Amino acid sequence: MRYSALAIMRQVLNGHRGWTPAWRDPEPQSSYDFIVIGGGGHGLATAYYLAKEHNAARVAVLEKGWIGGGNVGRNTTIIRANYLLEGNQPFYELSLKLWENLEQDLNYNAMVSQRGILNLCHTDAQRDAYRRRGNAMMFTGSGAELLDTDGVRAMYPFLNFDDARFPIKGGLLHRRGGTARHDGVAWGYARAADQRGVDIIQNCEVTGFRIENGKLLGVETTRGYIGAKKVGVAVAGSSGRVMAQAGMRLPIESHVLQAFVTEGLKPVLDGVITYGAGHFYVSQSDKGGLVFGGDIDGYNTYAQRGNLPVVEDVAEGGMSLMPMIGRARLLRMWGGVMDMSMDGSPFIDHTEIDGLYFNGGWCYGGFKATPASGFCFAHLMATDRPHEVATAYRLDRFKTGRMIDEKGVGAQPNLH
Amino acid sequence: MIINHPLLGPRDASEFTYLGDASLINRPDWQSDSAAAEFHDYLYLRDNPAGTHRELWFHEQGDRSWLVVTRNTLTHEILATELARDVARKTGRGK
Ligand SMILES: Cc1cc2nc3c(=O)[nH]c(=O)nc-3n(C[C@H](O)[C@H](O)[C@H](O)COP(=O)(O)OP(=O)(O)OC[C@H]3O[C@@H](n4cnc5c(N)ncnc54)[C@H](O)[C@@H]3O)c2cc1C
Repeated sequence: MRYSALAIMRQVLNGHRGWTPAWRDPEPQSSYDFIVIGGGGHGLATAYYLAKEHNAARVAVLEKGWIGGGNVGRNTTIIRANYLLEGNQPFYELSLKLWENLEQDLNYNAMVSQRGILNLCHTDAQRDAYRRRGNAMMFTGSGAELLDTDGVRAMYPFLNFDDARFPIKGGLLHRRGGTARHDGVAWGYARAADQRGVDIIQNCEVTGFRIENGKLLGVETTRGYIGAKKVGVAVAGSSGRVMAQAGMRLPIESHVLQAFVTEGLKPVLDGVITYGAGHFYVSQSDKGGLVFGGDIDGYNTYAQRGNLPVVEDVAEGGMSLMPMIGRARLLRMWGGVMDMSMDGSPFIDHTEIDGLYFNGGWCYGGFKATPASGFCFAHLMATDRPHEVATAYRLDRFKTGRMIDEKGVGAQPNLH
Repeated sequence: MIINHPLLGPRDASEFTYLGDASLINRPDWQSDSAAAEFHDYLYLRDNPAGTHRELWFHEQGDRSWLVVTRNTLTHEILATELARDVARKTGRGK
């Protein structure tokens, strides 16, 4: 069924009894051409673009739980293309272009909202760094504007401008950045992939790989063995666990990141603000809740919950930037497990095992990458060549000295 | 999380800084013929287990000792704490 104003009108007239499920619930077939492990945003997008861009017909997505239950439904929904480095920025700009056309392409309301992102700066050095970053963004057409203090004051007068430690000295404004409805993105891709014949198989955990003479034959799952010509792994925070089943060690540690939502408030914040020095970021959802987060907890974990010291740290960051936030009641908080890579950048690569491909290491920034990640991973799986904007995301880049250390903190996952 | 320091007793985890996998104690021999490959694996590759994990915590806000903490990464439960010095000595390192 195509969604449209006319379709809604028709349903209104018959009491909304005609809506059909957004995707099928098929039994797994005995084999596929392409299997994508992980029904998160990246896995579903990969399957969708395999079908759409590469005319792949026999594609399945295997998800151990339900789609949208992983990080794609747990993040703070920020999408942006404000990177600095060559290996990154063109990739995120492609992602932003795909976001801009996503809803028309998928025929689904993913609530993509280019409400603008403002990165605040608090020192002269930070302003210089943002000027450089802004120039890098302009090279790829992402757009950037450097604001002075008065420019920031005109947008967000309620911020704490004269903080003794971190006075606000201006900000880098990325107008094309914004937010999207996180789980809606998974549902939109799932529905569009399903309509192109992709089998989305939920409650199907991959428990092992069948590999012979360095060639992948298929996967063992909780619903039996499934053969495949090519298998792509896109399991976000579970990469270490899943790839260990194929005998691989990765340059990745799993860490938890927490997110917070307040009660619904009247509109106060129409964009996204990030606090460069204190590490805090905040936006307001369409329902009115302030959505915010800060640093990762900083130690290996697979528990989808965090610990209190970081809650306190995030709350302090929020209060010091936006004192009025102390008046809002916190309704919900949760944690998500992320693949923290050794340089803070992701991987889209084939592995040493013939037919096995890997997508991961997205750290806490992979939601914005969802469309381009799927697009480039599908390109790699279908053609065996990396997409031109994703050539740097190699698994062996630490061996060859080609790290993409966007933050400049070196090989320490809990510092990224 | 409460880390039971072997010398100082129970301490809040926020007094500590985390370094990572306890295998980082076992620095490869820089003079070995395969040193480059060994250092690559040592520095960048991780087992990253879901379950029992041995890891290094630095008591930065306390006595500045390094501990090897054995922790369950699925539940945050801490199963054992040892001085990193003792762990290194047990493997024949140090004086
Ligand atoms: C609190 C928080 C805030 C964040 N904020 C942002 C943000 O503002 N902007 C941004 O860009 N990014 C953000 N991120 C990061 C972003 O959410 C992730 O990088 C990205 O969503 C990961 O890709 P995914 O959607 O495919 O992952 P997921 O949705 O986690 O998908 C992986 C799927 O694999 C499945 N799986 C695992 N193991 C198996 C198996 N053995 N067999 C079958 N299936 C398996 C899981 O069940 C899961 O559904 C945030 C993350 C968190 C946790």
